[in-house]
Amino acid sequence: MQKIIKVGMADMNIVENPGIITTLGLGSCVGIILYDKSIKIAGLIHIMLPSSKHIKNNKNKIKFADTGIEFLLDEMVKKGCNKSNIISKIAGGSQMFSFKSNNDMMRIGERNVISSKETLKALKIPIIAEDTGGNYGRTIEFHSNTGKLIIKTIGHGTHEI
Amino acid sequence: MNLSIEELNNLHLDALREIGNIGSGNAATALATIINKKIDMNVPSIKILDFNDVSSALGGEEIVVAGVYFEVEGDIDGSIMFLLDLNSAKTLTNILMGREDQIEELNEMDRSALREIGNILSGAYISSLSSLTNLNIKMSVPSLCIDMAGAIISVPAIQFGYVADKMILIETILQDGTEKVKGNFFLIPENNSFETLLKSLGVYT
Repeated sequence: MQKIIKVGMADMNIVENPGIITTLGLGSCVGIILYDKSIKIAGLIHIMLPSSKHIKNNKNKIKFADTGIEFLLDEMVKKGCNKSNIISKIAGGSQMFSFKSNNDMMRIGERNVISSKETLKALKIPIIAEDTGGNYGRTIEFHSNTGKLIIKTIGHGTHEI
Repeated sequence: MNLSIEELNNLHLDALREIGNIGSGNAATALATIINKKIDMNVPSIKILDFNDVSSALGGEEIVVAGVYFEVEGDIDGSIMFLLDLNSAKTLTNILMGREDQIEELNEMDRSALREIGNILSGAYISSLSSLTNLNIKMSVPSLCIDMAGAIISVPAIQFGYVADKMILIETILQDGTEKVKGNFFLIPENNSFETLLKSLGVYT
């Protein structure tokens, strides 16, 4: 039986080979996997908001793409990962409800994806696969021994990236 | 929202529960009128939960639920989500369509009916809230989404997330004979709307 670690909303964790790390029911939130392919250690963070800037209550670093991804990277380096070996995969950022208005609140999924990508770029971590956008939820499951990310949906099939 | 959920006291919660009570009562009456049957309801419970406990309270992140979501504006701004688990959604459409057998999947007609139900229940809710508080509140056309609970809850959770790590939900059980329909309302005020709402009810100074 492989060890499965579950990550909740505004939460993160790290798993070692051959463990599996998962987060269930991603909607407008984004799940970001950081993976050191040489020693097979994987981290997963489930962010809710794009940026901690201009937000009064920003103590919880893991809630935001900008501060959360960097925090996860630091924790992985502490566990012996080499930053230059780390790659990433991202999923989520849906718009669950459709509205005519161009309310920024409703485009939060898209903004979460953009901010996650900008943060990864600034940290010089390559994104090797992504499954983002759309209007449906996703459960994601990363296998640290193979480096595969499995994405499960309701009505949009299951696939791996 | 300047007033954070964590700062709400028992008096505030009582006022919100009362809003839930009157709102759900009106919603139940509206529903009873449409289907021409007697509908019972319980006294709603109000819960303040951590983000991750909300999905558990509904049965897990991956269970299928139906969410009806709309925006409100006027004296208070924000959004409201009405959420039903899939069985309750099916029961409700069955009652509406006058069907006896439990259906497997919701078709386009059922979805349209659910959207309309969401509209009517929420409209009853908003109008009672509006007359209770003397606030002018307008609502948008509702949007329906049927998907994993976690994904649907992420929408209000993110909005609460700007200011807090918890969210408020008001749970109501409507009953037609032995058939139970469990609904949850998420009230998501923006900016100073929480204060405006509580002030209008005389419990916040």
